[in-house]
Amino acid sequence: MAENVLSIDGLHKSFGGLKVIDDVGFDVRRGSRTALIGPNGAGKTTIFNLLTGVYPVDAGKMVLDGRDITRVPARDRVIFGMSRSFQNIRLMPHLSTVENVMLGQHARARRLGDLLYPLGLVPGNRWAKAAKEALEDAGLDTYPGQVVANLPYGVQKRIEVVRAMVSQPKLLLLDEPAAGLNQVEAQQLLALLEKVSDSGVTLLVVEHDMHFVHNLCDHVAVLNFGRKIFEGTPAQVNDDPLVREAYLGSDTSMAGQRAAAPAAGAPHAS
Amino acid sequence: MSGYLESQLIILCLNVIYAYGIFLPAASGQLNLGAAGFITIGAYASAYFNTSGAPMYLAIPASMLFCAAIAFVIAFPILRTRGVYMVLATFAFAEVVAGLIINLEFLGAAAGYPVDSHADFLVVVPVTILVVLLCFFLMSTRLGLAMRSIHDDEAVATLFGVDVRLAKVAAFTIGAALMSLGGALYGHHYNYIETQTFNVLVSIYILLYVLLGGTQTAWGPLIGAAFFTIVPETLRQVAASSGQEWIADTRFIFFGAIIVLMMVFRPEGLITRTMIDRIAMPFAGGRGGPGGRSGAAPSAKAA
Repeated sequence: MAENVLSIDGLHKSFGGLKVIDDVGFDVRRGSRTALIGPNGAGKTTIFNLLTGVYPVDAGKMVLDGRDITRVPARDRVIFGMSRSFQNIRLMPHLSTVENVMLGQHARARRLGDLLYPLGLVPGNRWAKAAKEALEDAGLDTYPGQVVANLPYGVQKRIEVVRAMVSQPKLLLLDEPAAGLNQVEAQQLLALLEKVSDSGVTLLVVEHDMHFVHNLCDHVAVLNFGRKIFEGTPAQVNDDPLVREAYLGSDTSMAGQRAAAPAAGAPHAS
Repeated sequence: MSGYLESQLIILCLNVIYAYGIFLPAASGQLNLGAAGFITIGAYASAYFNTSGAPMYLAIPASMLFCAAIAFVIAFPILRTRGVYMVLATFAFAEVVAGLIINLEFLGAAAGYPVDSHADFLVVVPVTILVVLLCFFLMSTRLGLAMRSIHDDEAVATLFGVDVRLAKVAAFTIGAALMSLGGALYGHHYNYIETQTFNVLVSIYILLYVLLGGTQTAWGPLIGAAFFTIVPETLRQVAASSGQEWIADTRFIFFGAIIVLMMVFRPEGLITRTMIDRIAMPFAGGRGGPGGRSGAAPSAKAA
């Protein structure tokens, strides 16, 4: 078993003439909780989109758990052991909570027999049961027909994590999991992610809330204008002059503060 | 059963079958305005096989396979289009089919085509019930779940391992086979077919049954087709028996008004997922209430 669950090397991506990702490379250690931070427009979400295959890479290599996934089609990457949550909640609004979670099982149920299994007609079938248990384990109890569209924001965020987890990933990508959550909700999410991490899943987190990053993560990579400018522990990040200038702001103590998006001169877009 | 009721039942059954043929692609987010094309192919193929010596019970499945094969082939270019462009592409397909048949002498061209074997309501009704059950089954499977996911968010479905193209082609092809079944039954019931019967108005009505009935659950096309078949006919009957001719004359005005009101008040169709849940679980409580044990105040959507 490789020590790194994910290795990115020499990644390049341009949109037209704009270099969005410029020679980025870093490793994510197995079992770690790695944060990917940087100002808006630094290319964090683009890295996620390259990893999950939403866009093809221009150059570079991505190795997931010892297997090169650079040219693997998007829908097969989840089988290799990677799934994600989204910056803006992207649950299926017309599906129930349990059905949303059952979609996460799809990667493990792609044979014809599984595709034609009547999930909705067999009460208490193993797929539905597994989905319900996953929700209960995450502290979410819902009743079967619940449509997700009307649930509180924080609950939906956690359902997204559960949906990603039931695909049994080795690496879980979380795109701004704490954005838009109040403190109570952020605490609940943090508890869930710690549980996920304790179960052996590696976390790669894009996040602006530095307080959240400090509480959750043990390793940080910093991007600015599509380049990696720093890698180290959360404590080291606070002291690095380059990072402070690019992202955190120079004078203030960061604890408990939301890293300043305006430092990049860009409005907070989410 | 009286001849009148029987004839109405047949029309209802055929409309329900057609509606499910359009519903399957619609449930996965594709608008298909080509119903008439697939119905025509089914009707003519089955009639032709029948005339060539195949008994009806073989001719109908053969016509379904034939139509499914055509649908499978055209699915790849057509499913590259989206939204209103797909509506146009499927509409164009139906026009091509009509144009072809009206020029094929061996299918009777503009004179129409007589059909040998007769299918009475003892054939049509059980087949319709089977179609309805099949569609309820399909929508309850993981494939059905994948289709509904594609309807909501194609990109996310892909990231969770759904083969989006396969699911879309499957929905489109199975739908086409169902419409050809309906067309074949039409031909065998009335024993005469001509392309003018299956015009664009037919395609529009069937798409309306499905969209107004609702595409979220398998109840939608059933209720939609039943509502739009029974209500206008009943209005006509009421007008005839009461002597109030104005009801018959103005019923389409009411109908148009109903459609507009539906668009305003129930844009997702008459039968929605939430509605079915409420009927199934009337005591489950308010939505969103039992969502999380947390008791966290619902925060405004920040994004």
